[in-house]
Amino acid sequence: MVKHYDTSVELCGVKLDNPIIPASGTFGFGREFADFYDLDCLGAISFKGTTRDARFGNPTPRIAECEAGMINSVGLQNPGIDKVISEELPHLRSIFHKPIVANISGFSLEEYEECCAKIDKEEQVEIIEVNVSCPNVHNGGMSFGTQPESAAEVTRRVKSVTTKPVFIKLSPNVTDIVSIARACEDAGADGICLINTLLGMRIDTMRRRPVIANKMGGFSGDAIFPVAVRMVYQVANACHIPVMGCGGVSSADNVIEMMMAGATAVQVGAANLKNPYAAKDIIEALPREMQRLGIERLTDIIGIVK
Amino acid sequence: MYKKGEYTIVSNTPLTPAVFRMVLEGDTQYITRSGQFINIELEGKYLRRPISVCDYDEHTITIIYKVVGRGTEQMKMLQVGERLDILTGLGNGFSTDNNARRPLLVGGGVGVPPMYNLCKRLIAEGKHPMVILGFNTESEIFYYEEFKALGVDVFVSTADGSVGTKGFVTDVIKEKGLDFDYIYSCGPLPMLKALYDATDVAAEFSFEERMGCGFGACMGCSCKTKYGNKRICKDGPVLKREEIIW
Repeated sequence: MVKHYDTSVELCGVKLDNPIIPASGTFGFGREFADFYDLDCLGAISFKGTTRDARFGNPTPRIAECEAGMINSVGLQNPGIDKVISEELPHLRSIFHKPIVANISGFSLEEYEECCAKIDKEEQVEIIEVNVSCPNVHNGGMSFGTQPESAAEVTRRVKSVTTKPVFIKLSPNVTDIVSIARACEDAGADGICLINTLLGMRIDTMRRRPVIANKMGGFSGDAIFPVAVRMVYQVANACHIPVMGCGGVSSADNVIEMMMAGATAVQVGAANLKNPYAAKDIIEALPREMQRLGIERLTDIIGIVK
Repeated sequence: MYKKGEYTIVSNTPLTPAVFRMVLEGDTQYITRSGQFINIELEGKYLRRPISVCDYDEHTITIIYKVVGRGTEQMKMLQVGERLDILTGLGNGFSTDNNARRPLLVGGGVGVPPMYNLCKRLIAEGKHPMVILGFNTESEIFYYEEFKALGVDVFVSTADGSVGTKGFVTDVIKEKGLDFDYIYSCGPLPMLKALYDATDVAAEFSFEERMGCGFGACMGCSCKTKYGNKRICKDGPVLKREEIIW
């Protein structure tokens, strides 16, 4: 008899068939991946970081390869919240029938509030993920996520305009991640998502200039996994709200490791760009990995490492 | 439509000291237009290598690549029989559903390869293409004979004048007084721009940009056009004359 391995998890009352969520910015609005596989195998999808106004983002080149990872400085290219609601969201709903996580970014408290108020009206969206950690835009994104006070202020403003669960997505480019996560929790956040990319840089030694037009960008990929596990562990142990772990996840074993560190759900980011089937492959490998490690229910191992 | 698959290397040989031709065997059904590209996974490299398709048939894909960095250095060492994980059918490619009778194909350096399958396709459609190949110098020339074998007029320019017209591809147009009603081109940005400025017929240009995924997800290779933002990998690499913002 084949044993059943229970991969389901629950995030603030939102049930997921499995903990795998493609991370914002690596999955667009699902269109490209729907050509590769049926998206309904995914636990949820976190869509491309969305701002009030349409953005082109930074000048190119905005991609640099690294050992075991990559740097991007896309700079929040997106069609703007209104077009996301009128075009992308309905299309995503037509190709994906599981929970949708709306990733919202901004350049002012008012912008975060306005976008979240709009997305609050969209019943297709089950969770709002507030990005206060984009390293690729000035005077926005990450500047809100590097101080406990400003991260808490964004949290309060967003919570005042929505009844949906709010996860704050934090930056690893800080000295004390725990104080920021706690400040968000105290301000009413329903969960924490971490980590966003690490600020990085590459130089073209032949041309003696940065590879990326914007000089620096966000480093992601396999190489950052240990940093992500460490920060998930620290935050999960310091906070009482659920954590979505993100950063360098590329295998089912990585998923289990991150859940043992304290993550309730796990996002897969850059791996999707290298292998478009990455998230699907991980989901299919999970039961095998659970069998190997003697795990019957994934929920049994969340934060099991103390 | 694009797809990921495994391909076996049938050959991998030099055409010039720096330019190599690789023939891969596997499923080619997702390549539908000339000027599309494939994205090759290399062991130990995080990002795939996007390379334009030079030619393809029912079972094989031919690519031509220049060794310019660690990735292509690694490609050149690959042996016959080795298997590669590749995404195929990427990019929009060139369109041939137009009324052109005498299209001019212009390839510069490693921009030459995608012109080859396009040339064959145009001939098969009953059109009369002519070809200009631009290189820096004689030792860098490749595929002249292959284009000649298709039975079309082939002109060469070299920057140092060692073969053909001295100068650039645009000098060939002037010198030979070429008469054409459409342009297809792939090559370095300055060449594309010069060609754009020197002509006024309908044209399609294939562009390059550093890519993350190659299939439209990461927004790494975006560019601005008169028709809005486009991704070079997904909405391009081919842009039409009227939409280009230089």
